[in-house]
Amino acid sequence: MPQSAEKVLDHAPLFREPEYQEMFARKKQMFECGVSDAKIAEQADITKTWDYREKNLARESLVVNPAKACQPLGAVFAAAGFEKTMSFVHGSQGCVAYYRSHLSRHFKEPCSAVSSSMTEDAAVFGGLNNMVDGLANTYSLYAPKMIAVSTTCMAEVIGDDLHSFIQTAKDKKSVPQEYDVPFAHTPAFVGSHVDGYDVMVKGVLDNFWKGVEPKPNTSINIIPGFDGFCVGNNRELKRLLDVMGVEYTILSDASDQFDTPSDGEFRMYDGGTKIDDVKAAVHAKATVSLQRWNTRKTLDYAETFGHETASFHYPMGVRATDEMLMKISALSGKPIPESIRLERGRLIDAMADSQAHLHGKKYAIYGDPDFVIAMARFVMETGGEPVHCLATNGTKAWEEELRPILDASPFGKDAKIWAGKDLWHLRSLLFTEPVDLLIGSSYGKYLERDTGTPLIRLTFPIFDRHHHHRFPLWGYQGGLRVLTTILDKVFDKLDADTIVPGKTDYSFDLTR
Amino acid sequence: MSLDAENEDAKMEALIAEVLTAYPDKFAKRRKKHLSVAKPVAEAAETENALLTECDVKSNIKSVPGVMTVRGCAYAGSKGVVWGPIKDMVHISHGPVGCGQYSWSQRRNYYIGATGIDTFVTMQFTSDFQERDIVFGGDKKLDKIITEIDQLFPLNNGVTIQSECPIGLIGDDIEAVAKKKAKEIGKTVVPVRCEGFRGVSQSLGHHIANDAIRDWVFDKKETEWEAGPYDVNVIGDYNIGGDAWASRILLEEMGLRVVGNWSGDATLAEVERAPKAKLNLIHCYRSMNYICRHMEEKYGVAWMEYNFFGPSQIEASMRKIAKHFGPEIEAKTEAVIAKYRPMVDAVIAKYRPRLEGKTVMLYVGGLRPRHVITAYEDLGMEIVGTGYEFGHGDDYQRTGHYVKKGTLIYDDVTGYELEKFVEKIRPDLVGSGIKEKYPVQKMGIPFRQMHSWDYSGPYHGYDGFAIFARDMDLAINNPVWDLFDAPWTEPDSLAIAAE
Repeated sequence: MPQSAEKVLDHAPLFREPEYQEMFARKKQMFECGVSDAKIAEQADITKTWDYREKNLARESLVVNPAKACQPLGAVFAAAGFEKTMSFVHGSQGCVAYYRSHLSRHFKEPCSAVSSSMTEDAAVFGGLNNMVDGLANTYSLYAPKMIAVSTTCMAEVIGDDLHSFIQTAKDKKSVPQEYDVPFAHTPAFVGSHVDGYDVMVKGVLDNFWKGVEPKPNTSINIIPGFDGFCVGNNRELKRLLDVMGVEYTILSDASDQFDTPSDGEFRMYDGGTKIDDVKAAVHAKATVSLQRWNTRKTLDYAETFGHETASFHYPMGVRATDEMLMKISALSGKPIPESIRLERGRLIDAMADSQAHLHGKKYAIYGDPDFVIAMARFVMETGGEPVHCLATNGTKAWEEELRPILDASPFGKDAKIWAGKDLWHLRSLLFTEPVDLLIGSSYGKYLERDTGTPLIRLTFPIFDRHHHHRFPLWGYQGGLRVLTTILDKVFDKLDADTIVPGKTDYSFDLTR
Repeated sequence: MSLDAENEDAKMEALIAEVLTAYPDKFAKRRKKHLSVAKPVAEAAETENALLTECDVKSNIKSVPGVMTVRGCAYAGSKGVVWGPIKDMVHISHGPVGCGQYSWSQRRNYYIGATGIDTFVTMQFTSDFQERDIVFGGDKKLDKIITEIDQLFPLNNGVTIQSECPIGLIGDDIEAVAKKKAKEIGKTVVPVRCEGFRGVSQSLGHHIANDAIRDWVFDKKETEWEAGPYDVNVIGDYNIGGDAWASRILLEEMGLRVVGNWSGDATLAEVERAPKAKLNLIHCYRSMNYICRHMEEKYGVAWMEYNFFGPSQIEASMRKIAKHFGPEIEAKTEAVIAKYRPMVDAVIAKYRPRLEGKTVMLYVGGLRPRHVITAYEDLGMEIVGTGYEFGHGDDYQRTGHYVKKGTLIYDDVTGYELEKFVEKIRPDLVGSGIKEKYPVQKMGIPFRQMHSWDYSGPYHGYDGFAIFARDMDLAINNPVWDLFDAPWTEPDSLAIAAE
């Protein structure tokens, strides 16, 4: 009997005990009717071939292990970045349970959102009553300052009209007439979570900006985009802007909402962009997006108010940070202070110290379109080669944007861009054109298992490592964090490869 | 009834009334029917297994819009619970990308196999619907997807089509596609109408999934298989963190053969052969009673509920199961109980003193709100509130066998209600899901996820009980709960520091 009170074994060691191993063998042999081990090994080998890769890449309809989620997830995330705002997702209720779980599993934080709980009768008659009742209940129970409405695909397929439904709900006194209920249609069968983010932010702005005559001031609006590292990143961003003395408004800032303290009180709402600040933001001089593929509609909208606009692709790495700071400096007229130049110098110093361990390393990078661009650039700045750049929610246009960036560097000229491909495609790519390191999300751990490529978790969602999102990736400080994370993986791998006593440990160097 | 107990009951009733005041009147009335306090049984029968209490609340009806229900949907019940763990089939999340993405690898249905080669549980296969699929229908795409699956994953033993909301709304005929493709690829293809808007929770999805097994798997192939006298199926064990394995080892030691395990670590063959077994042992009654009733009616397979949480229930269940098979198995069973007794005694001796008298509130799915209660009691802990996300009347009726008078009962509890109940009752531990975990912990109350075992487990069987006991101890007795208050916020702290 393997189990004991002295040393309690949980699943990992317990099932390796002989009693269980023998039981598994019996089950397999007597009851499972599976194929032979030889056949499994043969098929496993087939999946590693170029031939399989070609068939895999020729897939037209099936999607396997995609690295993207659906629009309403982005909408719920965007809404969480505004002061005391409750997300209300109109449609089936199971979806909302999924968004909340997904965000909680990443942030290790509460995630509050409600559903209008539409069922079969609503599928036939429309979900108006659900909206009317739902808004009344949400308003009474959770006392939000604003309710941000988005939709599941059910409500979209049956064609519910949010604008008129919300007005009817107000007419029926579910919420006061003047109460803020911004909305966005977020069909799951269009785009991905980054587009849901876009339309929800736009919906919130439209709620407050519509019909307002802008009186331009000197302030700058900054839209961070969907970001699993918003906690660390937004705080670092604000620090940099404060050091520069820039007047700014971050539009959708979920850094406090997804990082509330444990002190005995559950804060359903915390932080976020103040409603008054959203209102005032219409008068800003400029609106800057830190993730262009997350904000295309919102930026177009801001332009209609005469805002100068600029966009970046996730300000991570040296040049990306340089560009962002210089643009902000130009827009605000505030110089970049010496202290930030010194921070930059410290990042460069660290990169120079470690360059020998990173030069020539080959990478596969996947994630949202802006993240992949930024990561590929930073990798190239360290002398690394981004061999595979993949975004399931990347488009042809994204590919065309990334291509010249890669071509401009000797480290990127052989890189391949995989727009619209999934992680089962990437598995084939890693077998046929292997790399040293894989950068992505927790889902990449299956690729690490199958192909032996070490995984570095640097983008949403990260379920199986804790607290990384509390530290920034943006700015020069963030660059240090990214650099160290990559280096740790390189050194851990090097140690693991040289740890066998008397065999490989001649290279088990104390100093590296 | 003692005065104290009466006061306690009155306090719970008052708490319910207080919580309901936050709702608009119409919905306070609706929610009131879902909340109650367990009452003594009118005429307590002196029989074994008698009801301890009555826990009568309204259940299995629509959630109120806008209240933050914890419930999921029919898709979650079918793909997430019943079908998803069947390891040698490919389960297509048919519709937009989200449903499959959020449920990908989150149930912890353990299995042995080469993922992507002969097993597919921790993968996300989706038809990733685009606008054109909504407009023109998705049947052609589905047809092609099944072809591509069979080309790229040739060792699959079949395919299921797990419908997401749009499928039923746009009028796709997935049944026709399934029939056609089954012929073409020569394998089982099962269409499941588990669109998320059907029913009021996961529960209808379980039922629909059970019916799909009946209609699309049973009697479709000749199964050459001779059943033995001690063949049983384990039904409704999803092998979360290895639960089914920790159960199977005991059943085997009792002298039984587990022909099929539904559906954790299962293969399609285990499902197909199940009607030939002698007895169905059902753990999660809520999600799989339907197919047990069907197997009883059509194939004459008897079924029996059992409970493998905690030594009291494990022993009672093993004896009940053994009785069905007669003296030989009964004798072996007594030997098994005796074999594990010293380990169990040592576990209780170690952990009970650390957990004695601690109070627990539960809010889980369709089985655990009652099934785990005795396991806590084996450790000296006390349940003060429990409820189901998607239980039915028969679940609440069965709950009366487990809970004591005065226990708060809440059905389809809302975020608001649960927060207030927890805040007022301040139990020593809450056991619920990921969405409830962090709000509760922020209040300074220890928490364990009771769907996923909080990434631990197994919790079934004797081996699992040791882990369960350890986990409850580490949750409650971790030093972090004493660090919540900054010392300088306590009165006189600065004066003391200055001394």
